[in-house]
Amino acid sequence: MRGIFAIFRKEMEDHFSSIRFLLISAVIIMVGVIIVSTVGMAIQEEVKGMQKPTLLFLLLFTAGKLFSFAQFLGFFGPLIGIVLGFDAINRERVSRTLSKLVSQPIYRDSIINGKFLTGVTIISIILVAIVLLISGLGVVLIGVVPGAEEISRLVIYLVLSILYVSFWLGISILFSVIFRSTATSALASLALWIFFSIFLSLGANFLAGIIAPTAQTAANPALAIKSIEIQRTISLFSPMTLYSEATFTILDPTRNTTNPLAFVLMGPFERISLSRFQNPLPLLQSLLIVTPYLVSIVAITLLSFGICYYVFMRQEIRTI
Amino acid sequence: MEEQFIIEAEGLTKRYGSDIAVNQLTLQIREGEIFGFLGPNGAGKTTTLLMFLGLTEPTAGKVRVCGFDPTRDPLHVKEKVGYLPENVGFYDDMDARENLCFVARLNHIPDGVSAPRIDELLGMVGLHEEASKKVGTYSKGMRQRLGIAEVLVKEPSLIFLDEPTIGLDPDGTNRMLELIRSLSKVKKITVFFSSHLLEQVQRVSDRVGIMIKGGLVAVGPIEELAKTKLGVDKQHYTLEEIYMKYFKEA
Repeated sequence: MRGIFAIFRKEMEDHFSSIRFLLISAVIIMVGVIIVSTVGMAIQEEVKGMQKPTLLFLLLFTAGKLFSFAQFLGFFGPLIGIVLGFDAINRERVSRTLSKLVSQPIYRDSIINGKFLTGVTIISIILVAIVLLISGLGVVLIGVVPGAEEISRLVIYLVLSILYVSFWLGISILFSVIFRSTATSALASLALWIFFSIFLSLGANFLAGIIAPTAQTAANPALAIKSIEIQRTISLFSPMTLYSEATFTILDPTRNTTNPLAFVLMGPFERISLSRFQNPLPLLQSLLIVTPYLVSIVAITLLSFGICYYVFMRQEIRTI
Repeated sequence: MEEQFIIEAEGLTKRYGSDIAVNQLTLQIREGEIFGFLGPNGAGKTTTLLMFLGLTEPTAGKVRVCGFDPTRDPLHVKEKVGYLPENVGFYDDMDARENLCFVARLNHIPDGVSAPRIDELLGMVGLHEEASKKVGTYSKGMRQRLGIAEVLVKEPSLIFLDEPTIGLDPDGTNRMLELIRSLSKVKKITVFFSSHLLEQVQRVSDRVGIMIKGGLVAVGPIEELAKTKLGVDKQHYTLEEIYMKYFKEA
């Protein structure tokens, strides 16, 4: 691990003084605060005079006018990772500083480890800050102090989110290792982001339709179930689906489906009836459901970094 | 007493697919000398340097640099050896002092030790007044001199300079050559520099090696090469004459 600290320190200084770090934190914080203020005020209105239902606090993260904060992070979170990593290696290549780094007495993997570690640290700082900010705002707006269970759920949510954004960091660093031009690596990361967030679910519908045609479903309900199952399996290949299903399970224990579409359709400003808050899933049960998702997210994050590490270590120095 | 060699290469070969970049290179470099490594573009000079540094693996052959095998023990070699690549790069949004400080940290030199050393080096290469300017504003000559300072931060016993004077104006070239000479004479650092600018090599080198198409065709002091190639009596010769003879033969 020689030299990793020197690299980590310099990268942190670079990030903190960079405009893109300011920009991305400003966007996240602005959107987060706007969503949560509207949600907070609406909840305050709705629960006026009522006895406050359990786990109300988590609604700050799962409700919203157009989209909730959790949905926002699911869609835009990858952008944080991409912005922090897309030029990690090829910037050094363009400025010819990479050949200097590799001729210093440090292990070659310190360079890539240091950069990834810095990215993960920055991601953690941004996400922890925004969740704390929202929580603080929430306490003031709805006048509920989160209990132990809510805090545990938020911590798990944070861990999931940091891993998920780090997955995208790994992807974008990988592209910065493969492509020599920073523009190409940025575009490649964005293309993958759009593919996973939009086209994979469309493709899942399409493929499911071919394998198990839904035209005859009226006659054969088993076929309809099969079709949905295929669709789900395919869409789980998308880290977005993986992440959003995991976050809904952990943040919204009163919802009884893992179908994210239902989440959108039922809408954030559905009347807050007391029945909505009855029989929440206990934390342990939520954890049981979320564990496979968590493991998968850990796996894809490690995989994205692993590939990136392997490609970087195998590169012939001449091409550096 | 046996003579001390800081670089010993034997049968060093590097192939890229079916192309041979360096072919059976055998070479010894003495401690403290200035060795000029000549050859046309693409002759394999940079590849040789990369193999000496352990940045690329030789296909065949052995090499020891400062007593270490660069393939097995690259970190020990890199601790003792400074390398200034052709067209050296810096972090343009940092100033000269910050750039050098970062390199010192990569070499595990505490800031307290490196700070006075960096000041001294910046003075030596004549960049003391510009030390707080961003490196992005530097001219080519200043960058090259900063590169020398950066290489010296780790107090190496051997430095590799790859085309150190390319693209410099006459004044910049002179300063660079003066610097190279003083490193060897004052600081007792072995200098191994590659170039294809013959007149400059002749001015500073103790010995030269000529590399053509991956093979080392001649090694020795310039006078010796002149004697063998141009005849004993010739008083006035240039390295260029010698070089062209070898080049035509190859």
